[in-house]
Amino acid sequence: MKLKEIVEILSLKPLVPSAGLEREVSGGYVGDLLSDVMANAGEGNIWITLQTHVNIVAVAVFKNLSAIVTVNGRMPDADTMEKAAEENIPILLTGKSAFETAGKLYQILNAKGIQD
Amino acid sequence: MKAKIDRTYEGSFHIVGGDFSRAGEASTELKTILLRMGMDEEIVRRVAIATFEAEMNIMIYATAGILRYTITPEEIRVVAEDMGPGIEDIELAMQEGYSTAPDWVREMGWGAGMGLPNMKKNSDVFRIESVVGEGTTVEMTIRLGDCGEESR
Repeated sequence: MKLKEIVEILSLKPLVPSAGLEREVSGGYVGDLLSDVMANAGEGNIWITLQTHVNIVAVAVFKNLSAIVTVNGRMPDADTMEKAAEENIPILLTGKSAFETAGKLYQILNAKGIQD
Repeated sequence: MKAKIDRTYEGSFHIVGGDFSRAGEASTELKTILLRMGMDEEIVRRVAIATFEAEMNIMIYATAGILRYTITPEEIRVVAEDMGPGIEDIELAMQEGYSTAPDWVREMGWGAGMGLPNMKKNSDVFRIESVVGEGTTVEMTIRLGDCGEESR
């Protein structure tokens, strides 16, 4: 499923204009512990987190994640946005909680047969 | 797919402690090198995660460190050597969930006590040596054999 469709359905706000939304989403992962995300997130996953510092971009690049969603209206730090633009990683903002965001994303992916 | 490694490749990365803006650069570069060599993705995943954790430990705890890698037809070996405070009780440090990271590092989502266990889990051979006040050396070996089992 294309990231763009998910962004529209969940009304996520793309914060990195240069990072395109045409990429494929393979699933999702929720976590604020970076070692856990590194160990368990899958390639192409959307990562839902409340972390906003610059290292989230490194983790996303490293794991080939399709996007980072920052929840609860938490704006990423300026250096995070800079790095995300440099590395071409979409960061999407939502005012909703991680629970709500993950729940809705799960429904969408489940309906598309991507998530059991 | 099995990569054809016909000789030994070596390289190294210098890591500066506290420079969080560059976190993951060394491990991402090593990952790219391995993928370009045609290494099995599962092998690359294990090496990359182990290396990223080692890189982060240097950034969090040490003044500076060096990551050295050696790729042979049989194995990939990564040695992370730092000039850091050293580890007082290695057995305790190897326990999942145990961490001595300061609060500000934990708030960033690091320092959850998963680093060393993750390194061990992703290595076939894991060795750690530490001298308090001098530094820590971690050696991780991932075998390139067909079996691909994870020894603990």
